[in-house]
Amino acid sequence: MSAHGVKNDTEAIVIRGLHKSFGKAPRITQAVNNVSFSVPTGTVMGLIGPDGAGKTTLMRLMAGLLTAEAGSLEVLGVDVQKDPLTVQSSIGYMPQHFGLYEDLTVQENLTLYADLQGVPFDQRPNRYQRLLAMTGLGAFTDRLAGRLSGGMKQKLGLACTLVRPPKLLLLDEPTVGVDPVSRRELWAIVYQLVQEDGMTVLLSTAYLDEAEHCDQVILLHEGEILGQDTPAAFTQHLAGRVWGAKRELGLRRHLQAELKQQPGILDAVIDGDWVRVLLAEQTAPPTLPNGVWQPLPPRFEDAFVLMLNSQRAAQTPQAPAPPTSQPIVPTARARPAEVITVHELTRRFGAFIAVNALSFSVQRGEIFGLLGANGAGKSTTFRMLCGLLPASSGALSVAGVDLFTAAAKARARIGYMSQKYALYEVLSVMQNLKFFARAYGLKGEHLNRRLAWALSEFELTPYHDTNSGLLPLGFKQRLAMACALMHEPDILFLDEPTSGVDPLERRAFWGRINELADHGVTIMITTHFMDEAEYCDRLVIMSQGQILAAGTPAAIRAQAQTAAAPNPSMEDAFIALITAPTPPTGVAA
Amino acid sequence: MWQRIIALAIKEFQALLRDPKSRFVIVGPPLIQLLVFSFAATFDLSNIPIAVYNQDGGQAAQALVARFEGSGHFKSVANIQRESEISRVIDDQKALMVLNIGPRFEADLLSNQPATVQLIIDGRNSNTAAIALSYANTLVADFNTQWQTSHPLRAPPSVIVTRAWFNPNLESRWFIVPGIVAILMLVVVMVVTALSVAREREQGTFDQLLVTPLHPVEILIGKAIPGFVIGFTEGSIIIFLAVKAFAVPFEGHLLTLYIGMGLFLLSAIGIGLMISALATTLQQAVLGVFLFLVPAIILSGFATPIANMPPFVQDLTLINPMRYFMIILRGIFLEGSSFQSLQNQFWPLALIGIVTLAAAGWLFRHRMN
Amino acid sequence: MSSPTPRRGSGWMRMGGLIRKESLQIIRDPSSIAIAFLLPVVLLLIFGYGVSLNAKHIPLAFVADAPDMESAALYASFNHSTYFSPQIAPNLATATRWLLNRRVDAIVHLPSDFAAQLSTANQSAPLQVIVNGIDANQARLTQAYIQAGWQSWLTNRTQAAGQSAHQPVELAARIWFNPELRSRDYLVPGLIAVIMTLIGALLTALVMAREWERGTLEALMVTPVQINELLIGKLVPYFVLGMGGMALSVAMAVWLFGVPFLGSWWILVLTSALFLLTALGMGLFISIVARNQFVASLIAIITTFLPAFMLSGFIFDIGSMPGWLQNLTYLVSARYFIVILHTLFLAGDVAAILWPNTLAMLAIAVFFIAASRRKIRKSLE
Repeated sequence: MSAHGVKNDTEAIVIRGLHKSFGKAPRITQAVNNVSFSVPTGTVMGLIGPDGAGKTTLMRLMAGLLTAEAGSLEVLGVDVQKDPLTVQSSIGYMPQHFGLYEDLTVQENLTLYADLQGVPFDQRPNRYQRLLAMTGLGAFTDRLAGRLSGGMKQKLGLACTLVRPPKLLLLDEPTVGVDPVSRRELWAIVYQLVQEDGMTVLLSTAYLDEAEHCDQVILLHEGEILGQDTPAAFTQHLAGRVWGAKRELGLRRHLQAELKQQPGILDAVIDGDWVRVLLAEQTAPPTLPNGVWQPLPPRFEDAFVLMLNSQRAAQTPQAPAPPTSQPIVPTARARPAEVITVHELTRRFGAFIAVNALSFSVQRGEIFGLLGANGAGKSTTFRMLCGLLPASSGALSVAGVDLFTAAAKARARIGYMSQKYALYEVLSVMQNLKFFARAYGLKGEHLNRRLAWALSEFELTPYHDTNSGLLPLGFKQRLAMACALMHEPDILFLDEPTSGVDPLERRAFWGRINELADHGVTIMITTHFMDEAEYCDRLVIMSQGQILAAGTPAAIRAQAQTAAAPNPSMEDAFIALITAPTPPTGVAA
Repeated sequence: MWQRIIALAIKEFQALLRDPKSRFVIVGPPLIQLLVFSFAATFDLSNIPIAVYNQDGGQAAQALVARFEGSGHFKSVANIQRESEISRVIDDQKALMVLNIGPRFEADLLSNQPATVQLIIDGRNSNTAAIALSYANTLVADFNTQWQTSHPLRAPPSVIVTRAWFNPNLESRWFIVPGIVAILMLVVVMVVTALSVAREREQGTFDQLLVTPLHPVEILIGKAIPGFVIGFTEGSIIIFLAVKAFAVPFEGHLLTLYIGMGLFLLSAIGIGLMISALATTLQQAVLGVFLFLVPAIILSGFATPIANMPPFVQDLTLINPMRYFMIILRGIFLEGSSFQSLQNQFWPLALIGIVTLAAAGWLFRHRMN
Repeated sequence: MSSPTPRRGSGWMRMGGLIRKESLQIIRDPSSIAIAFLLPVVLLLIFGYGVSLNAKHIPLAFVADAPDMESAALYASFNHSTYFSPQIAPNLATATRWLLNRRVDAIVHLPSDFAAQLSTANQSAPLQVIVNGIDANQARLTQAYIQAGWQSWLTNRTQAAGQSAHQPVELAARIWFNPELRSRDYLVPGLIAVIMTLIGALLTALVMAREWERGTLEALMVTPVQINELLIGKLVPYFVLGMGGMALSVAMAVWLFGVPFLGSWWILVLTSALFLLTALGMGLFISIVARNQFVASLIAIITTFLPAFMLSGFIFDIGSMPGWLQNLTYLVSARYFIVILHTLFLAGDVAAILWPNTLAMLAIAVFFIAASRRKIRKSLE
């Protein structure tokens, strides 16, 4: 073993010509196709790719949980295929859904992994102390893991992975479903490990801003490597092609939709007060009546989207269909009316106050965002609004009624998409769609029309007979949204609908949401992507069951303006608001 | 309303039957178990191993032993030579009983003295022992009758003439198979209904169901329909097999049977859905199923008569739907009972069904939060 | 980045950690404890008090077409027996109606010339007996009881007449181990075996499937833990729990139901442990094969209770089953344990019974655990 160790002291991972496929003929999917790369010791390597690119499969291969069909795979100088146990004894691997035992306390989870990893008893107190301090979990050692917020769970998972200091850390989407504050803390921990312990880190992520924190990035698409380089190198050739557009009148999202359809514009997203536009090569920004253009520095996301778009365009003859909507007629705006009102809404669980005297209202056709750290009470608020949970006190009305007490029929006006994409996993896509449509009373010609609409609009036709449990995550999300929209609801509740979904899927998703809002559908949404918060017309930021800030995205950003940061992003604003007055629950210690 | 309920019922069927493993588990075992258990469950003993300690060896003694061996119930497995061997044979369960014929057997018999035959029985399984003893009694009585007629001493003053109605040869399979039909139907219904809500809770789809316009009562009905349809279908197949394959007589009316089956399914589904509404995890649902299933089968009169139970347990069986269904099935199969004569079984079943379904509906609504 | 040889730590430490984890989970979710302790208590109480194969007070219709001294004496003979509660029916038609609507289980009918034939020397007076044959087993016992009642009446009658009264051959039955044929003494030990099959399988049937579904297995698999350690870590806590349930059941049998215990305690403990391993192993195997909790639940419900109830010899005699079915029962571990329990409770330590049955259980336990070991691999494929 030591002979190998000397040989590869500079490369933590060496992979050559790796192949892995799933399924039986004729339905074979190539999950990893002729992949070769190496990861230098002591660096942070990002593994980036859309859903189904093979990131998780690659991680599992490196952890010795799957066997490759061809190729060589050396981790820390050891052949993983031959000696998985040795590799498993020296690496730390945190799967996407880290298996915390929810009925065990924080300390009990740590002790279990210390036992499994064979950490000597005399070293434990120091190790625990360091990990608990690092993750800010010191004050919660006696709390059951199931009762931690999402961000804290993720940090505990990381602590369990690190209980015996590994030389290589594999992190599979460690920041999915985690609020920006906790995300920053997780990243701080990763850097600390690399700097202090000389650890090598390989992580996959769906947050492309995080890619820029990596020393190097590997781009993976459909099991193949598109490139490996530093994040900056990926964006070099984009200089001069990224511009911001702004118009005094109208909504940013209308401008965005408009620009997106123009020739020569490859991508358009909302970025603060601006609409960020990626131009085709050798193109100048188109003329914009009543508007201004400003050049912006390119970001990794621009490069990523460009690369994915060209990949997908190469595979499918026609380019990704732009939203096939009619010209936008914002008629619904003409007659605003309060569709959702919440007054002094409170929910207690025993002595714990999950939602504390919440008041806000949402207009028809508005996109309303509910932001907050994990455990701020967003989901509880959603469950009350949807009639799944009675309020302890206060008043609420959705479309004029309280859904918990109203007749079941009233629920036909709302659509609800829960965090976990509640689909019947053993049922096919078509069966899921049919069931939800019929449950909402659709029948006959109308039913058939909506089914056809759902299959084509969400591009689910090739999967119509696939069990929904076997779909890639992005398609699960599409199906869940299709199910929630079958009955054309007036009000749509979306609880973290884009968690873990890749940027292209998220663009398609927001295209649909904008279109719905323009047709008068009221949309209420929670998200952890702060760039997505910019799409909301108005939003509130919650913390510990209360509203910290409310207003338009611009107004909220303005609240965080300081001399030091004259132009804060939504994420900066969010973190400033959450951390400023009282420390959030997760970092109290 | 019905359209939504039917949509839910279709979804329930798909959720149960789309997965090959669960499809097999729901369809296969009941049919296999009918076959296996119908052969297994019998109180008619055959080939009971006996050991013979024949100290006499005369003609009369031989005739008695021959009568035991020729009955089909007993099989001689050993001839014992010494008194001390008796305990070995019984202790080691080589033989269930020892027929000990004394050295003066024939002499006593001919001199009109009581000729005693000793029977030593292994009482560890008291039921088998009691049945074996009753066989032996009958055989000895028959021997006596024959001896008295062939050696005319004096005609016995009285004789017993026995007839068994409905089951002249006292075949216990006729009694057991209808019972197995009831048990298998109960198990199938429990499996289909009791786990359904807990499964949705664990997968997170129950909330999604609750935000649709489906009323709790509609959810209840939608979840009850698969139990009803699967129970009815499998019940019909099992009954058909019981009559065709096991030649159990079917004397009654099919319509009466289906009325009883419908009422029974209603009450079983009600209980299944109650368990389902109470359980938050699958493990709890499974525990609930067993806490109901096992007593329901034991206290149904399937293997041991309800009349033998102490009064308070007899009262307890009044809330057991299996008790009524057992009587209905056996009555219709063997006696050809009419609708009127089974009325007293029908209305308690209907009552249990209504009460449990209402309770399940109430629990559905109140366990939502 | 110093020594390349990784530290794996000792297997004992890993197993200890897993056992502690599993025990904590058991404590936090009361349903496992309920399975181990509530299930046996409820079932034993119902069985112990509720179920008896010994008939008492069988309702009997007594019809004498011409009531007289003889019929009154016969009626008295039935009335004195604890087996019967006879009711006098005015005529056969009424008695038949009673039999049909289950008011009585049998009819004893004395025809009008019964007395006349009884007193005629060379004639035998026929006593008509009709039993409801639906419950064949019960009907046979009822017949035997009626015969006994009739016999005692006949003996009294001849003795009163000063004649010697005996049958040519008289059967003297001696029943060993359970002279009164108390069915509780044999049902309770048998029931313990049935209940322990249930408990053992239920405890483990969901545990592996649960780890699969909740995603905890993936994190466990990348630790240096070995499969054997994982299996032992799963089995030990449930084994302890199951032994607790077993101890409770035995205590109830001996002290609450007064079943005699003649064997050795240490043999009981040893064989119980082995039997519990077969049941836990079966549950574990179900869990590993099913991989999802719903299917595991279905399999557990269908394959545990009914086979243990029907094919173990608990109520139905295995020797009377067809040959192919007898072969099938060799797969049911409860059949061995029931024989062992009956022997230990009622007969004592009989080596010739204990050895083969213990070895059979050992074979089954080894089979299930080895099969589980083979089926579960440290990989996600």
